[in-house]
Amino acid sequence: MKKTIICISCPLGCNLAVEYNNKAIIRVLGNACNRGAKYAGKEIFSPERVVTSTVKIMGARVPLLSVKTDCSVSKEKMFDIMKQIFKIQIEAPINRGSIICKNICGSGANLVATRTLDKTTQIR
Amino acid sequence: MIKNVDAIVIGGGPAGMAAALSLKNNGIEKVLIAEREDFLGGILLQCIHNGFGLHRFKEELTGPEYAERYIDFLKSTDVEVLLKTCAIDIVSTGKKKKVYLMSESSGLIEVNAKVVILAMGCRERNRGNIAIPGSRPAGVMTAGLAQKLVNRYGYMPGKEIVILGSGDIGLIMARRMTWEGAKVKAVIELQSYPGGLNRNIVQCLNDYNIPLYLSHTITNIYGNERIRAVDVAPINEFREPLKENTFNITCDALLLSVGLIPENELSSNAGVCLDKVTGGPLVDSNLMTSISGIFACGNVLHVHDLVDWASEEAEDCGKSAGEYFKTAIVQAKGIPVKAGHLVRYALPSTLEPGKPGLISLRTIAPAENAAIIVKAGDSVLYKKTHKKIFPSEMQRIKIDTVPENADAIHVYFE
Repeated sequence: MKKTIICISCPLGCNLAVEYNNKAIIRVLGNACNRGAKYAGKEIFSPERVVTSTVKIMGARVPLLSVKTDCSVSKEKMFDIMKQIFKIQIEAPINRGSIICKNICGSGANLVATRTLDKTTQIR
Repeated sequence: MIKNVDAIVIGGGPAGMAAALSLKNNGIEKVLIAEREDFLGGILLQCIHNGFGLHRFKEELTGPEYAERYIDFLKSTDVEVLLKTCAIDIVSTGKKKKVYLMSESSGLIEVNAKVVILAMGCRERNRGNIAIPGSRPAGVMTAGLAQKLVNRYGYMPGKEIVILGSGDIGLIMARRMTWEGAKVKAVIELQSYPGGLNRNIVQCLNDYNIPLYLSHTITNIYGNERIRAVDVAPINEFREPLKENTFNITCDALLLSVGLIPENELSSNAGVCLDKVTGGPLVDSNLMTSISGIFACGNVLHVHDLVDWASEEAEDCGKSAGEYFKTAIVQAKGIPVKAGHLVRYALPSTLEPGKPGLISLRTIAPAENAAIIVKAGDSVLYKKTHKKIFPSEMQRIKIDTVPENADAIHVYFE
């Protein structure tokens, strides 16, 4: 089977011509780097994306903390993860990289903070 | 209050932070950053998605992470940062520069500096800039404002969204609004090709089956207090809407992602000459503006698609501003850089003979199998063929040595 996909690994956005059968990738053409070949394999058999969002934070000078999954997760799980994210509320202080939710929705990825927020008593 | 510094950087976003660090690394002692928000990082703080830093840090970061790297670098220096401080005027008399700042805590501050680096970033084009007919209801806003509302304050601009313009911010917001539970009904693009990067079309629209209408525009906005619908029409080759094919989409918010304009009110008040195409200052190969001692970098100079390049440009800018401070280099006597066939702009406007040169450029329209050529007289300084080239992708070209005796350097596609 053949399929043309656009690599999303970096802003270059290479057009990948992928040749594959039921089990494996046979050939990938058009990739500028080896991330493209890796992406093609995943995209054909089990597409994955990184989810980035925000959670509520109390005691910081801003109301929201930006977060991400620390690796890409199955595309099918994205909306379950978002539902879980809506429920989370945490307390400042928090450091960039701190785990907010381990193995979120059984995706294998941890939800981590992408920002450092100190505790403050100052009302925004 | 009066402050005396060696260099002042106006704006604490990615360009301003990188420029300040570079000034320090190039031996400038007293460096001051003036930032009008109450945090450093600029627009990166609301760009919570990933895709930043692949060139700079060789890893994929989110906007806040990219910003914090630079904030941490700055913390390890003695660069002075004034937050909630807005620059209101720059006055240049000979080698002396005065910058007037207004701060929440200290009131008016008069800063004496030898070097000024402009790093104010850019502003979004809005409804007024593109003159969409119709009523004036709530719910019509720029995509960047929607991004700020959602990502920094937690307010949703609406539940049924139409996005005009397929620039990267619009595409990123299409996905963001979808994740937050809104229905994005359409992205409308006037051009016959998408305005944003390919990867964003894939991961922000195609993933969620959001329709992209190319060569379409919005011809009417309906609603009294709140927007309730828009008319969408295909356009012909003269960009005239085709009335008979107009269709209506109901919505409660319209996000505009229709381009960015460098924010240069301060620069032009100071007497800095601006480029009509980029909207940013005209600069020489040292990124010095038409006024000696005033430099510019990042989105205030020209709109970048990758923050990595804004940081890199700011580093170069800090370096040459440092040189200026130490040796008082005068305006580089440069060879003019001319934008030719298919080139929307090429920056800087002059290159210094005998030195390496870096040219940033964009195409006017998408092209296939196009070669970028840089020529001085008959000698080809650079040539590279690209399979595909898009206006959304800035090209940065390195010239090893700019020839000594050229009248002009021509940059064009073939």
